[in-house]
Amino acid sequence: MNQFQVLLFARYAELLGSAQVEVNLPSGATAADLIHALRQLPGGDLLPPTPFLVMNHAQVRAGQQLDPSAELALLPPLAGG
Amino acid sequence: MIRVRFLSQVPLELTPLIDSVTAPDRGAVATFAGLVRNHHAGREVTALAYSAYEPMAEQVCQEIVRETEASWPVRIALQHRLGDVPIGEAAVLVVASSAHRAAAFDAVRMVIDAVKSRVPIWKRERYADGSEAWVDPTAPEGVTPVRENR
Repeated sequence: MNQFQVLLFARYAELLGSAQVEVNLPSGATAADLIHALRQLPGGDLLPPTPFLVMNHAQVRAGQQLDPSAELALLPPLAGG
Repeated sequence: MIRVRFLSQVPLELTPLIDSVTAPDRGAVATFAGLVRNHHAGREVTALAYSAYEPMAEQVCQEIVRETEASWPVRIALQHRLGDVPIGEAAVLVVASSAHRAAAFDAVRMVIDAVKSRVPIWKRERYADGSEAWVDPTAPEGVTPVRENR
């Protein structure tokens, strides 16, 4: 198992009640696995099915394998400007 | 290299940004200021707060500036405000300087469009009736209500 730390922002931090969550997943876990696990957390059911996940500031696709040492963050729809 | 800060917790100032990109061979400066508006989707907005995934937002702003300066004969200055921003104050400023006006006008538009679509910044609005919502350009109403919980 690997422990993944995921940063949450704005509405997603509000939904899960925290700006950071920890999720344990088997080695080789993908972005889709992580999102599935996040959606099981209290409040996580209100996350969209395919939220915008970034690893070290770059977008990750659903099937992409995650690096447990990378910085992961789940981004709500952007609203700058 | 001087570390440029693209995000600011204090009011934005246009003049220093203009000064940072002007030079004797540049005859044109175009600017865009995005100000906090007192209405959104038909509701009266009384206050607005911006937050960001700051390290990524700084990085993406840097990328947008570099890409724009690589594609056009321009120099770009860009700043975005964070935290509580009163109605009428600037949330974002973009400045482009170039030898002639066409490139400066085009570059300003390119930069503000890229900021809106790529920089991880979020906006929470408070309305005259006391309710609040997250601005969400992907939602049908343009906002997602703040969850009343716990």
